[in-house]
Amino acid sequence: MSKKSYFVLLLVGLGIALLVTLFSPLASSEPDGLERVAEDEAFIDKGKAAPYEVIADYAFPWVDNEDAATVLAGVVGVLVVAAFVLALGLGFKALSRRSSQATRGQGHRPPPSSRGLAGERES
Amino acid sequence: MAYIDLPAPFLPHSIPMHIPDGFLSGPVAGVGYALAAAFVALAVWRTNRSLGEKSVPLMGVTAAFIFAVQMMNFPVAGGTSGHLLGGTLAAILVGPWAAVIVMTSVIGIQAIMFQDGGLSALGFNVVNMGVITALVGFSVYYLSALLASGRRGWVLPVGVFVASWLTVMLAAFTTSIELAVSDTSPLHVVLPAMMGVHALIGIGEGLITAAAVTFVLATRPDLMEHGPRTAPQGGLS
Repeated sequence: MSKKSYFVLLLVGLGIALLVTLFSPLASSEPDGLERVAEDEAFIDKGKAAPYEVIADYAFPWVDNEDAATVLAGVVGVLVVAAFVLALGLGFKALSRRSSQATRGQGHRPPPSSRGLAGERES
Repeated sequence: MAYIDLPAPFLPHSIPMHIPDGFLSGPVAGVGYALAAAFVALAVWRTNRSLGEKSVPLMGVTAAFIFAVQMMNFPVAGGTSGHLLGGTLAAILVGPWAAVIVMTSVIGIQAIMFQDGGLSALGFNVVNMGVITALVGFSVYYLSALLASGRRGWVLPVGVFVASWLTVMLAAFTTSIELAVSDTSPLHVVLPAMMGVHALIGIGEGLITAAAVTFVLATRPDLMEHGPRTAPQGGLS
């Protein structure tokens, strides 16, 4: 895949995800499935609040406007999630490239079993 | 709203709720972590060998999209809402094992950064919403795509709908069992309640997933490389 189409895929995909977050203030604020059942069957008070809060309830802290706080939380989440998974994926790729280079010295394409995790061959 | 009158410290929570802290007993939470760790390790091992060129950006984009759409709670009957889980969608787009990694990342970040889902319940939240949905959703999708090859365009989206609906029901089922074993609510109470609500929420999951897959097939069929080879060509256009 060319560099350009790689970035087009990223930009368009992230654009769609960010577009969705713009609509997040319209989300239903009714309790969701599990929460509704927990209320109806009276076990919701067994739930404990989290020990700390970062962007709790999908509302960005220090932003008074509720809609803005929600959208901001969504945007931050989309970017963090995307960055995290991209970093993971690139890490995996680098690892598997390193392990396949290590076997290339043997003259031909490594058998499938040697193209896994870097440490796998040592076992 | 009803839940504002609830005894304190429970969150006046409005957007999605995964299993919070306190719903699962210690041993159950531990089993959840062990299962999640085993599946994630297997997923890393499998993904590592099959990471295609487009896989990495597609995984990132899929994760971001699922995070965003999970925030969009849609109303279902009786003052209740539901939201996408997304495991089936992720599995169709990036393959079942990469989907486990995508879903685990989303659910992990939701727990750590957004206090959505308790840290102690993270293991089972990953298993219920990320592992089961991706693996089972993909299997059902794969079968329906085989069935759909060379047939009318509606067979595949219907298969996608059924696959995603089933995964929501399965996730509700396993969650009920975890709650019952934790002594949070007896099975004969929690199971029918969970299955009833999620039968409706699953319709939303099915519609969103079928729409998203149809959109990708119509615009970038080359991205759909994780199904029977014949599916995209024989599918919709």
